[in-house]
Amino acid sequence: MARLPSPFDTVQGLQQALDSFRTSSWLDASPSGGGAYPPINVFRKGEDFALIAELPGVKKSDIEVQVKGRTVRITGGKAVDYPAGSAVHRRERLVGRFDRAISLPFEIDAERVQAESRDGVLALLLTRAEHDKPRTITVS
Amino acid sequence: MNDTTAKTDTAPTPQELAVREKKELPGEEKTIPGRFFVPSTDVYETEDGLTLVMEMPGAARDGLDISLEEGVLRVEGRLDFSKYQGLGPVYTEYNVGHYARSFSLSDKVDQDNIGAKLEDGVLTLTLPKAPAARPRRIAVS
Repeated sequence: MARLPSPFDTVQGLQQALDSFRTSSWLDASPSGGGAYPPINVFRKGEDFALIAELPGVKKSDIEVQVKGRTVRITGGKAVDYPAGSAVHRRERLVGRFDRAISLPFEIDAERVQAESRDGVLALLLTRAEHDKPRTITVS
Repeated sequence: MNDTTAKTDTAPTPQELAVREKKELPGEEKTIPGRFFVPSTDVYETEDGLTLVMEMPGAARDGLDISLEEGVLRVEGRLDFSKYQGLGPVYTEYNVGHYARSFSLSDKVDQDNIGAKLEDGVLTLTLPKAPAARPRRIAVS
């Protein structure tokens, strides 16, 4: 019986890829940014690429995204506030500033970058710059 | 519980954020697709009650399931994986999955007035103390 592609397959495929890609050197560390936070996942979507980062508790207004050439830089900060006079029983959430620059293996069209933050997940849709796209050469 | 440390002492000092690997939920196994991770949680107590702050990036409001049964508060945040459909991973650093965690509560919690708020992937649960458990000041006449 033929199976239709289901969201379950998407999850399975994603999880497998996540497990096997851990050691990939697809992106090289860039000297222009500070640490490795936030961790990012990069997906291919047809001709375009989607860069996704988890930033729970970071307000939209506290995220800054810069794009130039091949590099994407994500900076911002996160604060956690406890009310005065409270006793903190458990503290697992991390706070601080972040500054990360990622160099992608293609030129980004800075005019067409779409950035969206929802439920603590930042998604950047990056389009390859027109002049950087490969050209097909007809063999005569 | 009687700790009344000033805010300056409890507020964490800002620093460079470090990457921390997600912890997979130990113990129970699930039969739905996707993994479950333990959300990073802050718990603090004031005179009025207990507050739980849980980080569940990617979980939307309709994917949340909060239940309280026999003194055990159980929080589940499910992700909608359909957003990932048609995306081919080329480079990955973190794992994506659902979230689940349970806490056993003391019966001092006013179980009818629990509040929940989801903002920027962070769930804040406020558990007010039952009136009987609130500190009372007794005036000496």
